[in-house]
Amino acid sequence: MSKEKISGSEALMRALEAEGVKTIFGYPGGAIMPVYDALYDHRDKLNHILVRHEQGAAHAAQGFARVSGEVGVCLVTSGPGATNTITGVADAMIDSTPIVVIAGQVGAGLLGTDAFQEVDLVGITQPISKWSYQIRRADDIAWAVARAFYIARSGRPGPVVLDFAKNAQLEMTEFEPVQLDYIRSYDPDPETDPRAVAEAVTLINESKKPLVLVGQGVELGEAQEELKAFIEKADIPCGCTLLGLSALHSDHPLNKGMLGMHGNLGPNVKTNECDVLIAVGMRFDDRVTGKLETYAKQAKVIHLDVDPSEISKNVKADVPILGNCKRTLKLLTELIQSQKHTEWIESFKPYEEKEYNEVIEKEVYPADGPINMGEAVHAVSEATNNEAILVTDVGQNQMFACRYFKYTKNRSVVTSGGMGTMGFCLPAAIGATFGAPDRTVCAFMGDGGLQMTIQELGTVMEQKAPVKIILMNNNYLGNVRQWQAMFFNRRYSFTPMMNPDYMQIASAYGIPSRRVMERAELNDGIQEMLNTDGPFLLEICVVEEGNVLPMTPPGSSVNYMMLNLDC
Amino acid sequence: MENKTLYTIIVHSENLAGILNQITAVFTRRQINIESLNVSASSIKGVHKYTITCWTTPDTIEKVVKQIEKKLDVIQAHYFTDSEIFQREVAMYKVSTPEFQKNPEASKVIRRYNAHIVEVNPIFSIVELTSMSEDITNMYQDLRNLNCVLQFVRSGRIAVSTSCFERVNEYLAHREERYLKEKNQ
Ligand SMILES: Cc1cc2nc3c(=O)[nH]c(=O)nc-3n(C[C@H](O)[C@H](O)[C@H](O)COP(=O)(O)OP(=O)(O)OC[C@H]3O[C@@H](n4cnc5c(N)ncnc54)[C@H](O)[C@@H]3O)c2cc1C
Ligand SMILES: Cc1ncc(C[n+]2csc(CCOP(=O)(O)OP(=O)(O)O)c2C)c(N)n1
Ligand SMILES: [Mg+2]
Repeated sequence: MSKEKISGSEALMRALEAEGVKTIFGYPGGAIMPVYDALYDHRDKLNHILVRHEQGAAHAAQGFARVSGEVGVCLVTSGPGATNTITGVADAMIDSTPIVVIAGQVGAGLLGTDAFQEVDLVGITQPISKWSYQIRRADDIAWAVARAFYIARSGRPGPVVLDFAKNAQLEMTEFEPVQLDYIRSYDPDPETDPRAVAEAVTLINESKKPLVLVGQGVELGEAQEELKAFIEKADIPCGCTLLGLSALHSDHPLNKGMLGMHGNLGPNVKTNECDVLIAVGMRFDDRVTGKLETYAKQAKVIHLDVDPSEISKNVKADVPILGNCKRTLKLLTELIQSQKHTEWIESFKPYEEKEYNEVIEKEVYPADGPINMGEAVHAVSEATNNEAILVTDVGQNQMFACRYFKYTKNRSVVTSGGMGTMGFCLPAAIGATFGAPDRTVCAFMGDGGLQMTIQELGTVMEQKAPVKIILMNNNYLGNVRQWQAMFFNRRYSFTPMMNPDYMQIASAYGIPSRRVMERAELNDGIQEMLNTDGPFLLEICVVEEGNVLPMTPPGSSVNYMMLNLDC
Repeated sequence: MENKTLYTIIVHSENLAGILNQITAVFTRRQINIESLNVSASSIKGVHKYTITCWTTPDTIEKVVKQIEKKLDVIQAHYFTDSEIFQREVAMYKVSTPEFQKNPEASKVIRRYNAHIVEVNPIFSIVELTSMSEDITNMYQDLRNLNCVLQFVRSGRIAVSTSCFERVNEYLAHREERYLKEKNQ
C-alpha cells in the first residue's frame, strides 16, 4: 500500500512537532506562504508569535533558547525577511545559542535568476552559522530538519539556517520523521585524552594558588552541579565571564565575581598571580584577557572546552581537556584530592574591600544626586529576591546590570556578549518569557538600545508578554560617551540623543508604565512594576554622565584596573 | 615578521554544495593567500579531497586547520610541511614549434627535466611535465630564456602523506565504533 502523501509545508509542521517544538517566532511573506498556510492548522500545537521585525524573531528565539536550553525557532520569508534575521544569526553564532531559522526561498527553478526576493541566504549565512542548508525537494525535509535540530543543540550549540525553496513547500512527499544522533563528519563531544586528565590532576593537586574561570560552556553543558562539586572538593576560587555569571551562583563562597574589562578587581588581579588557571567552557575573549602578552604568564593553563578550535586560539593551553565539561569536570573531580586553600582565598579580600569602598558603595548607595544605574539594578535584583532572569541590552546599562544583578538560579543571564548587539534586549526578553514562563524576566536597556527594536513593544502588547522593561535613560549613547570622555578628550561626537516621551509610547501600546526621577520613588516604582501582572515599562532617569567602573583600558594588562577616572 | 613556511593542507569533506566556499572563507578571514588548490573525489565514496597550499606561520596554520575542521561537513583537515608528503604538480608548456626546433638547447631542457612532448604540429608543440613545484618553475624559466613559450599552465599541487594509511579512513572507522559503543552503554 502506498503511504499517505502530504505537502512539504505540512511535512515541515510534522517535522517540527517531532522535534518537540512548541513555540515559533516569525513573520510571514510571499515565499513562505504555503508554510504559514499549513501552520494555520497546527496553531494549537505550534504557538506562533508574530514579531514586528524579523531581527526581533531571531533575538526572541535566542532569548527563548538561552533560558530554556531548547532550540529557538524562527520562521521568515525570503529576501528581506531572511536578511533581517542575519544580525540574530551572527549573534547566536558567537554566543553559541541554539536556534533554527527557517526562511522561505524562491522555487528551485528560479534560483540564480535574481527572481523577486531571491537572496543567496546559504552563501550569506555560511560564515556566521553552524550549518546552513537549502531544501530543494520535499523529500529532504525530514532529514534536513532532524539534522538542523541535532546540529543546533548538540556539542557547542549554534544557529542553523534552513533555506526552504517554495517548490519544496508545495510538492507532495511521503513523510516519515527522521531521528538523527550521528553525523560522521561532526563530533559533538570529542574524546578526552586520559594523559591530559592525569596531567591536570597533578597540576591541580600540587597547586597552591589555583583559579577557575567559569564560562558559558558550563551552562550550555548543564554542568553547574559538576562545577560546584569540582571547585568545592579542591577549594578553588572562581571568576565568571559575562556569559558564565549564573553558572555559579552569586552567593557561592567561592564565587569571586566577574572577569574582564568591567569585571571585579579580585579575579582580574589574581589571574596574574595564580599558579594554575583552569578555564571551564570559556573562550578567552579579549574583553576577558586584556593584553594577551601579559595574561597569566606565570600560570599553567588547563583549558576544558568542547570545541578543539578554541584550544590555544588566544591563550596557549598547557593541558587541553577536550570534551563536554559535564563529563570532563566529573573525571577531574573523581581523581583530585580534597584540598583547602584558605590563605589564597583570603587574599582576594583586600581587593573586594577596595573595590567596595572605592566603586561599589558609591554606585549603589549614593548619598545624593541623581539615581545611578548600579543603584537601580541592585534595587530591582533585591526586589525579585535575586531570583529573576536578567536580560540586558548593550552598553553601560549592560555592564551595570550584569555587575550588580545577583544570580541564584541557572540560566539567568541573557545578554549579547560576543557581538554586543544593541536592540537585542527587548525581543530577547520576549523570547525569555516564553522559554521560562514561570520566572520573572527583568529587561534592562538603554535609551539607545530600546529605540533599535522598539517596534517589539507591539509584540509585547499583543502577547501580553510579561516583560519587566527597565529603561535606564541617560539621554546618551552612554557607553560610547564614556569612551569619548576617557580617550577622545570629551568630544561628544553624536552621542547626546533626544528621546521621545516613553510614557506616551507605552500608553499607545497599552503597556502600564511609570517614570521615576527621584531616589525616594525608586523602590515604589519597582514594586509597582513587579506587582503589575504582565508587561510594565519602568523608565528610570539616571545620572547622565555615569561611568562604568572599574575598567581595564583596552590594551592594558588584566590586573590593571582603573577604579576612578581621575588617574 | 615571523618566518613563514609553505604548508600543504589536506582536507576531506562530504560531497555537498558550498563546502569549498566555507574552506576558502577561513583563509579570507585571516587574509592568507592560497597558493594552489586542488579539489577532487577521494578514494572513499562520497568524500571529497582538497589539497591546499599556503605560506604562513606554524601558529597560524594550526588555527586555520582547526577552523576548517570545525566546519560541519568537513571530516578531517591536516597540515604538512614538504618533508612530510610526496607531492606533484602537472604543467603544460605550449611552445612555438619553429622556435623550439631552431634551438638545440630546447630538447636538452626537456630531457633534463624528464618532460614529455604530447603534441606536435607545424605551429606549436605541447610539453608536459609532472614534477615538484620547483622543477616546474625552473623548466618554465629555461624555456622562456629560449624565447619559445606561447602558453604555460600548471595544476595545483596534489599530495599524499608519508604515513601508511589515509588517515581519514581510520578516523571514520573510529568515529563509528565510538558512536556505537556510546549508544550501547
Ligand atoms: C560592552 C561589552 C563589554 C563586555 N565586557 C566584558 C567583561 O568585562 N567581561 C567579560 O567576561 N565579558 C565581557 N563581554 C562579553 C565578551 O565579549 C564575551 O562575550 C564573553 O566574555 C564570552 O564569555 P564565555 O567565553 O564564557 O562564553 P562563550 O563566548 O559563549 O564561549 C563559550 C565557550 O565554552 C565552550 N563550550 C560550550 N559548551 C561547552 C561544553 N558543554 N563543555 C565545554 N565547553 C563548552 C565553547 O566552545 C566556548 O569556547 C563584554 C561584551 C560587551 C558587549
Ligand atoms: C547595533 C549596534 N550599533 C552600535 C553599537 C555601538 N554601541 C555600543 S554601546 C552604545 C551606546 C548604547 O547607548 P544606550 O543604548 O543608550 O545605552 P547606555 O550605554 O547609555 O546605557 C553604542 C552606540 C552597538 N553595540 N550595536
Ligand atoms: Mg543611554
